[in-house]
Amino acid sequence: MLNYDIVVIGGGPAGMAAALKARECGVESILILERAETLGGILEQCIHTGFGLHYFGEELSGPEYADRFIRLVDEQKIEYKTDTMALEITENNVVYAVNKKDGLLEIQAKAIILAMGCRERPRGALNIAGSRASGVMSAGTAQKYVNIDGYMPGKKVVILGSGDIGLIMARRMTLEGAEVKCVCELMPYSSGLTRNIVQCLDDFNIPLHLSCTVVGIHGKDRVEGVTIAKVDENRKPIPGTEEYIECDTLLLSVGLIPENELTRAVGINLDPVTSGAIVDEYRETSRKGVFACGNVLHVHDLVDYVTLESQTAGEGAARYVLGKTDTAEYITTKGVNGVRYIVPQKVNIKNDGDVKLYFRVGQVYKNAKTVVKYNGEEIISKKRPRLAPGEMENVIIKNDMLKNFAEGGTIEISVEV
Amino acid sequence: MQKNIICVACPMGCGVTVDIADNGEILSVTGNTCKRGDTYARAECTHPVRSLATTVKINGGIYNVVPCKSAGSLPKEKIAECMKVINSVQIDAPVKLGDVLVENILDTGINIVATNHCPAK
Repeated sequence: MLNYDIVVIGGGPAGMAAALKARECGVESILILERAETLGGILEQCIHTGFGLHYFGEELSGPEYADRFIRLVDEQKIEYKTDTMALEITENNVVYAVNKKDGLLEIQAKAIILAMGCRERPRGALNIAGSRASGVMSAGTAQKYVNIDGYMPGKKVVILGSGDIGLIMARRMTLEGAEVKCVCELMPYSSGLTRNIVQCLDDFNIPLHLSCTVVGIHGKDRVEGVTIAKVDENRKPIPGTEEYIECDTLLLSVGLIPENELTRAVGINLDPVTSGAIVDEYRETSRKGVFACGNVLHVHDLVDYVTLESQTAGEGAARYVLGKTDTAEYITTKGVNGVRYIVPQKVNIKNDGDVKLYFRVGQVYKNAKTVVKYNGEEIISKKRPRLAPGEMENVIIKNDMLKNFAEGGTIEISVEV
Repeated sequence: MQKNIICVACPMGCGVTVDIADNGEILSVTGNTCKRGDTYARAECTHPVRSLATTVKINGGIYNVVPCKSAGSLPKEKIAECMKVINSVQIDAPVKLGDVLVENILDTGINIVATNHCPAK
């Protein structure tokens, strides 16, 4: 059995930032486990720029953003194992993992940081009628084919879902010579960043059909076309609005799901809205010594925020290992009236710092206010010209405010129009 | 004339309004929340530019392609032509992040640089 103070599961931006912060806080013995051949996670295939504007004040591509952290991991001599799959974590913080070189690994950790990221919702979750012709794949799969393997998976493309990956791939496929016929979005708004609608669709005159979905896939061996249709306010296809579009490829960008198999199996409590663990302000889960950060905790739109959140988790894990934890008196947080969720879901009021609450709204609002209430009493109110589900919001609860709260209290964040 | 544009300089996506005189002179830029927004909006109304990220073919590397980007903004109307130039290039491994892969592409004064490493096979 191997022994480490902290085992980090996942070597993407979350895992690397958490490990580096834990090292900075004084923990020597750290091991990162990574499933892929290299550190970097999904950033390795996100070759477009726009990463790092908040964190580095520069516009970097995904691989460049990852490289800065990979270099730091090497400089800090933090140990990592790539090509290594974590299989299980136990109630006693033992991590089982496997790779070709070491075989089965049994690792005793004092603290574990979960940083497994998320995966794309697959076709099977959508129940689209039609054949099983080839040419239907997730946008992220196409991204890997094009950007890592140098292989174009299609020539005439329809994209279902206007999340950021779908929008980015509309541009990428167009640049490489494919004809992107349209992007269909089930909801009446896009869940992608506005800048991506402008620079990925509008720049190339790619139509975005809102309140529209794919109702049929045609073709025997290869996709030959899809049928799209308008949907009503209940997201049901409206008969008579069907339209056939000839294409050889259908890309799906229909949502991301945190990869929480390990978390669930060990009995850690999950939030049904985020599909990630329920955590406190240091991102400690319902199990002592187990922390979670990045897209495995809740899906982020910006890697910069993943980095910041993961540093918090890394600091939390280091404090736990070094025995520096505060006494705990928790209040809970709750999103109401338009706010879908808040992370963290609970906050220790004995914590000696400020606490940043991240939250996401459920629909688009214009000229609205976000209001924070403690036990029903308004404590913070922020005017927001625009709120959108695709853009994560945050609010800081100052420590002097926290000090006035009492154990068992509730913070609610709502949208007021 | 008023032109409403959405700034793509960063993920904030601010709505910016540009007041343009009949002679094309820009009278005011409002709605932006930072200086980059002002720069972007002015450029968008006079000579739109975009950054470009794509891949270049690699010979003898552990990967078939290496990602790259324009080291600065390119004129928007030259993006398609830049893609043709980049797709006609093949580079021998190894490639290091930051290596110049295409120098001064289409005389724009902008280099195309590698954004990741590609060791030799």
